[in-house]
Formats: sequence, structure tokens, C-alpha cells
Amino acid sequence: MATPTPSNSDNLLEIRNLKIEATSYPPGEPPRDITIVHGVSLSLKRGRVLGLIGESGAGKSTIGLSSMAYGRGGVRITGGEVLLNGRDILKSGRGGIRKIRGREVCYVAQSAAAAFNPAHKLMDQVVEAALQHGVVNRAEAEGRAKALFQKLSLPDPENIGNRYPHQVSGGQLQRVMTAMALCSEPDLIVFDEPTTALDVTTQIDVLAAIKDAIRDTGVAALYITHDLAVVAQIADEIMVLRHGELVEWGETQQIINEPKQDYTRDLVAVHQIDHSEKTATSAPLLSVKNVTAAYAGGVVQVLKNVSVDIHPGQTLAVVGESGSGKSTLARAITGLLPPMEGSIEFEGRTLAKRLSDRKREDLRELQMIYQMADVAMNPRQTVADIIGRPLEFYFGMRGKERDARVAELLDKIEMGKGFADRYPAELSGGQKQRVCIARALAAKPKLIICDEVTSALDPLVANGILRLLLDLQAEEDVAYLFITHDLATVKSIADSIAVMYRGEVVRYGPKSKVLTPPFDDYTDLLLSSVPQMEVGWLEKAISGRRMASAGN
Amino acid sequence: MQILKLIAQRVALGIMLLFAVSVLIFAGTEILPGDVAASILGQSATPQALENLRRELGLNEPAITRYFTWLGGVLTGDLGTALSNRMDIATSIWPRLKNTLFLAFWAAVVSVPLALILGMLAVRYRNGWIDKTISGFALASTSLPEFFIGYVLIFFFAVKLNWFPSFSTVHDAMPFLDRMKAIALPATALTLVVLAHMMRMTRAAILNVMQSAYIETAELKGLSQLDIIRRHAFPNAIAPIVNVIMLNLAFLVVGVVVIEVIFVYPGMGQYLVDHVTKRDVPVVQAVGLIFAAVYITLNMIADIAAIVSNPRLRHPR
Repeated sequence: MATPTPSNSDNLLEIRNLKIEATSYPPGEPPRDITIVHGVSLSLKRGRVLGLIGESGAGKSTIGLSSMAYGRGGVRITGGEVLLNGRDILKSGRGGIRKIRGREVCYVAQSAAAAFNPAHKLMDQVVEAALQHGVVNRAEAEGRAKALFQKLSLPDPENIGNRYPHQVSGGQLQRVMTAMALCSEPDLIVFDEPTTALDVTTQIDVLAAIKDAIRDTGVAALYITHDLAVVAQIADEIMVLRHGELVEWGETQQIINEPKQDYTRDLVAVHQIDHSEKTATSAPLLSVKNVTAAYAGGVVQVLKNVSVDIHPGQTLAVVGESGSGKSTLARAITGLLPPMEGSIEFEGRTLAKRLSDRKREDLRELQMIYQMADVAMNPRQTVADIIGRPLEFYFGMRGKERDARVAELLDKIEMGKGFADRYPAELSGGQKQRVCIARALAAKPKLIICDEVTSALDPLVANGILRLLLDLQAEEDVAYLFITHDLATVKSIADSIAVMYRGEVVRYGPKSKVLTPPFDDYTDLLLSSVPQMEVGWLEKAISGRRMASAGN
Repeated sequence: MQILKLIAQRVALGIMLLFAVSVLIFAGTEILPGDVAASILGQSATPQALENLRRELGLNEPAITRYFTWLGGVLTGDLGTALSNRMDIATSIWPRLKNTLFLAFWAAVVSVPLALILGMLAVRYRNGWIDKTISGFALASTSLPEFFIGYVLIFFFAVKLNWFPSFSTVHDAMPFLDRMKAIALPATALTLVVLAHMMRMTRAAILNVMQSAYIETAELKGLSQLDIIRRHAFPNAIAPIVNVIMLNLAFLVVGVVVIEVIFVYPGMGQYLVDHVTKRDVPVVQAVGLIFAAVYITLNMIADIAAIVSNPRLRHPR
């Protein structure tokens, strides 16, 4: 055993030279070990909040979880020390690690909806760790939990614990999870993207609740996120990571206002694409007229009297929080959910309501791209097969002719010919989305529906996809229906905007008009909820809000 | 309430199925070639004697009339009279059904908890030698035919060691402990036969749940592996496990023919075999219907358990 190094007693957590490895299984090759984290060191004083930031694959979650001596999905901690309260927890054995987890360090996961056991009541899960470690008895633990529910401004704090996870909303569940982490009064909490899966309007409330809880309990925290604007609201210090290595570490003010490294500067910079608005034509390409649609045989109305127009070669952005009906609008247009009332006109002709009643030519001219590129592709087909399929289906292209066109399309999406023989699993997230774009383009459509196509991507990658879409629009004169919850992308790509709220279009018009005051209450809430890269924004935004989010 | 409606639907479906099965059983025995009267009286019977017997047995009535007469009897607890020995079927079946249920009950009491515990242990030590030993043993005992297991048990525990009797004769006046001793070997044989299926399903269903994010949450609370499996994984794996358990319980009742014959145990299986050889149609119909009822009831319970174990249905928003 190595001689114990004396540690700075002020530090609650000290990670030294951490090395983390995993085994990867590339298709058709022997498995090999890859290093995910290359000797990262950090320290955290009691009661401080350190933000870990970076794009996906930067190793931020992996480093965060190492403070609980946990490797997710076969990841192994192979080197370095993790000192918690002055002792190396990597050397404390299985039993010793169990005593630390849930007692000294607690975890708040990205998706509370998945992280709660559907079979047990919330209260049983919230107090479980405290009881497991014998911190308090059942009655005291429940008392603590209720006080925490109150502090996190959950509705009905006395009784919400008797509910099951599926009975409360996503934003509430995320706060219950924070209460769960605080219940055994740990020294450190690891927040792993706790607001990423939430709507902006809900995120701001959860963020404020977490910030207050951290301040009032004096717990230290590692706050992991890819969103620098979010972490700027909560963290005292920020550590920027890339490819498992430290890029820059400093006080929040310094990182946001005076970044020293180029990569950090890149992250901090606002990636606005200047997109000048095109004026509407007299003949819209697609015209949605008074469409009402419902699920469960007309019982649950999800679209109420919606009318929008899309003009040739232009982009209509549809924004709103989850449940506002934006994806349902896409389903109604494509015929997957036949509308109950209203009509959809395409190039002057009325489209059949049902997908199965539409002509092949209608299908060709209206293509879709989805949020999750990897599940939208058959993992057993090569890129050439995936892009080539619509060429065969719509144009009967075969052999050399098809291959030539595939190469041409790959060129359009800025990927070389070398990718034709690859499988989706070998591509990065951004590349997968590009292949999906090429597949949609292969049909030579007049309209592409883009459903949250950049939401699952890192900001810099998403930016590249948006630029590509704009270039393709200029070349091919294709129109987009761009569904998103992210207002920053709307500014970059839209010509006109429809704001949706509970199945209705509450604001609709050219981009410049929609984004200029005076705002209606909902648009104001939506715009004011987008985190700004500015310390202290959260407090200002909370005090200035005029309307509560529907998600709560 | 949605959940009560779902359960009522399952019960109604079960009852409908049972009626459908009764039609099938009745039609099936109708289609069988041969004639009961001829088989009772033998080859040398005169046409007049056959005709008399047929009239007496009501075999000349149209099939549909006989079906409803039979069904009416069944619903009022009258299963008819055995052709071969002219005894009331209900009174001769009842003690045998009790014996079969007694054997099935004790086999279930041993095998179900054992399968669940072994399944959970296999998950706890997955891919290690404990898991492999459990799976290997369970699969081996299932792949061996039940008569072979029965004779092996008799050879070692009855013949060599003389611990248990090789004939599982039981009668009403028998004290409980003697009865238990008598069924020890057939119950063991049955346990070995049904164990693997339930244990493998428990293992697979729990392993499937172990991928969930809430298992990681439990792990990060510092819970031990066995607590995680018991408290967090198992409750979410109940539905598929109950399904397999119910199929196996049904097997314990209706699939025991071979075991009962080997151990000369006076249960339904033996009764059925005896009367099939005598072409005793009313007995075959009655036993078939009882077996079908057992299957349908147990599967209905499995469906209802799956509904009740779903918190989304139990506690709607």
C-alpha cells in the first residue's frame, strides 16, 4: 500500500490523478481498453459548489461518480486517489464504500422519472438511505423529508410522499430527488445534469429550488452539466473538461467573463447564426387549416384549431414546452394521427387525412428527421443502404447509379465517401444526424419536418447541424417545419414562428414580429426562462416572472 | 375504477374460455371412434342388447341435447355416472382430487419459494460459479424425464436408504405426518421437474430489471446487492414471474399422471388413466373439464396479479 499522503483538512473531497478506463467493443474488432479520464485532479472545500462542464464524452459524469467510487456501465477506476473526509475511499473495500454511498455522498440523476423505482411510494424511497445507514429513525426521517419537500416548494409537502413516481410531474420528481439526496444530511451531493431533461420553464424553478437548498443546508456539491449558462447560476467554481482532461478550472466569474483557454472561450461565446428572415410568399407550400386532433378516440384533445402556413424554401419554427402539441402537429401533418377536424393543403391540393390513403408522391415530398438519430436508423444497415433506400423506393435507382447519388448526398452533408460502408454504431451523434438528413434529402422533398433534431447534441455539434440545414435550404430550396423547445436555435433558423401552449397556437407570425415586445404572458415566460450566460441571472429572472409554468 | 374493470374483464374471459373448453371436450369425445355400449358389452353382444344399453345410457339422443344435459349436470355438481362401474363420478373424483391437490400443494410450497430464492441468488452472483451451479443443476433436473427422476429417488431413498416408502399409498384415516412421509418422494420429484423453469424465469426477469436507472439509484444509496434485488428489482419483475409460476402450478395438478402412476398415488392422474383404458367417456369428460378449470383459473390469477402489481393501474394519477 502507498503511504497515505497528508491531505489538506479544509478539503472535503480531493481527487488526485484520477485515471478511469473502460473496455470498448467495436463491431468486427477485438475488444480493447480505452482511457476515459486521463489523470484529472480536483479539490472541493466544505459547502462549496463545483461545476463540471464539457460536451458528451468529456468524462464529467464519470469523474462525478468516482466520488462515490462508482463506475457506470463497466467503467473501471484504475488509478489515482479519491479522498473524502481525509481518507481514500477507493481503498475502503465493498462494505466501506457502501457506508459512504447514501450517507456521506448522495446522487441526483439526470432523469428522476427513471431514477425512482415505480413500485414504491416516494416517501419510502426518500428516507431509504437515511434508514439504511441508521442516521435517524423512521419518524424523524419522514419529518426531515417533509421539511425538505417544503423547502423545495413542492405542493402539499405533508402528503406528496404518499404518491407514486408516476403520479407527480417531471419537475416535481426532480425536486423530490433532491430532497432524497439531502435527507441523510450528506457532506456532498453529486448533481448529474439534474435539469437537462426538463422544459426551460420548469428548469428555472428546479434550479432555484436546488440553489436555495444548497445554500440553506451548507452541503457541498459537484454540479455536472453541459450547459454553461446553467452552471453559472449555481456554481462557485467551474471546471471545464474535454476528452477526459482538464481544460480550465477557476472561479465562476473568471470562467464566464475572462476565460483563459480557447476551448472555454468557444463554449462561452454565444453561437448565434445570423439568419435574415425571408418574407412570406403569396402561395404557401403547406397550409394547416383549423386542425383539431385528439388521442383516445377524441377524449384527449391535443391540438385545438391550429392554423399555420409554411412557404416554399422557408422555415417555420414551432416552439413550446413538452405536452404543448408540437410533435402532435407533425403527426397530424404526416397523417400518423389523422385530424378530427380541419384540413391540410400541400401545393394547393388537400392531402388525405390518413397516411395509408396518401399517394407515394405525397410521401416523397414530405420527409421527416427525428430527435434520436440512432434509433431512427437500422443498426444492421450501412450508411449507403440507409441513404440508398429512398433512392430505390422512390426513384427505382440501382447499382452504380444509386452509389453515385449516395456519394453525392454524402458530399452534401460534408461527410466523405469513406462513410458509405460504415454502420451507425461507428458514427458520432452529429454524424448520425447528418446521415438522417441525407436520407431525408434523398427523396428530393419539398418539405422536411425536423422534430427536435439538435436537442440531443452538444452545443457546438448542434451548431454545425443548423448551419448545414441552412446551407441545404439555400441549395435545394426545401422548406422546414422545425420543432424545438430551444429558443436560441429558433432565432438561428426560423423565418416564421408559431408558439404553442396546451395544444393551441398562442403567437404566430414572422420571426421579427414574434420576438419583439409586447409579448403575451406565455411567450414572455418562455423567453425569460432561457438561461443567460451571466452570473446572477437566475435571481433576476425569478423575480421578474409574470406567469407560472404549466409543468408545475 | 379502471383496475376493477380490467379484473372483471379477465374473470369474464376466464368463464367464457371454460365454456368454450367444455364444448371442445364434449365434441372431442363425440368424434372419437367406437361406441361405449359396444365396449361395455364386448364383441359378442347382440344388436338388441346394444340397442337397449344405448337407450338406457341416453346415447341415442342428439349430441346437442346431451351436451346441455351434461352441462346442466356439471353446473349443479352432478358429473354423471361412470359407465364402467356405475358409480357416481363426483363422489369418486372428490377424494382423488383432494389427494392430487394435497400433493400439488406441498410440491408448490417447496418449489416456488426455492425457485425464487435460487433465482435471486443466481442474479446476486451472476456469471459466477454459484450462478452456474444453480442453473446447471436446475436445467439438468428439468431435462431428465420425470419417470427417471422418480425411479432414481425410489432407488436411493426407498430401496437403499429405506427412509421413505416407495409406494405412496394414502387413505383418509392416515395421520398427517404419515401422509407427509408418503408423499415426500413424489413431491420431491415434482419439485425437481418444475424448479428450473421458475428459477430461470426469476433470474431472467430480475436481470432485465437490473438494467434500470433506479437500480443505480439504489446502489448509490449504499444498499447491498441482495437488498437491491429483493426490494428494488423483484417487485418490478413480478408479472412475468407469476405467469411462469402459475403455468407450473397448473402442471403440478394436471401433469402428474406419470408421477402418480410411478408412486401408485391415488390421485386424479391414475383415475384418468384407468378410465381412459375403459373408454369411460363421462369420466374422461369430467376429469378433462376439471383440469381445464385448473389451468384457466391459475392463468387468470396470473393475469390479475400482473394487473395488481402495476402501480400505474393500482394508483391512477
